[in-house]
Amino acid sequence: MIKVIFFAALREQLGSSGTEISAKCASTVAEVKDALGKKDQGWKNYLANNSLLCAVNHQMVQGDFSVKAGDEVAFFPPVTGG
Amino acid sequence: MNIDTVMNKYAEISIQTEDFDHGYEVNLLESDNVEDGAVVTFSGRVRNNNLGLKVKGLFLEHYPDMTEKLLAEIIQTAKTRWNIGRVKVIHRIGQLAIGEQIVFVGVTSKHRQDAFAANEFIMDFLKVKAPFWKKELTELGETWLEAKNSDKEKAQAWSK
Repeated sequence: MIKVIFFAALREQLGSSGTEISAKCASTVAEVKDALGKKDQGWKNYLANNSLLCAVNHQMVQGDFSVKAGDEVAFFPPVTGG
Repeated sequence: MNIDTVMNKYAEISIQTEDFDHGYEVNLLESDNVEDGAVVTFSGRVRNNNLGLKVKGLFLEHYPDMTEKLLAEIIQTAKTRWNIGRVKVIHRIGQLAIGEQIVFVGVTSKHRQDAFAANEFIMDFLKVKAPFWKKELTELGETWLEAKNSDKEKAQAWSK
């Protein structure tokens, strides 16, 4: 399984702090998004937001980054700390 | 990069809900440290206004573990770029009221220029890289803040 987590505004929009998907459903970050969007049209719309960032195992990555079973994939809006 | 190789008694990161004591943190940066003549600190607080609206408070969320990793990388980069001694970064999370402290960055160095520059560099990259998110509570309700282009440009300016 691939662990998927959401933060901040995205977490509230999806009404979920995270889920899991089968590693068979996705081999890249972009495919993880597609797989999540198939579950729900609302999710699809929110995840289509181009400004969303992605980290795999705490490292910032782009959509073509490969994922595998056991990975932690995080989606979140641009950061606003400090 | 392994966080433990960056973090030691000379570089500390703390993500916490509790407040911090500015004077105590300065003492820590200075104690048993007579090599460094310069101590530069920055602290950020919750303002009562933003974008023309009255702000009642902030809620801060972060991505545990990734935050510490990103901050360690920023500190490591600062250490390779400037001749600095000790570094302390504190960032609070959770519910914060007007006037409360949010963030502390303290840097020591032999001479002032390194500490000044490194402190600003760490703060600039914390703003655009570290996974924290602010939700503002205003007179109109709750809103997640949007990232500012000016912050992005400020961080990019360091690579020019």
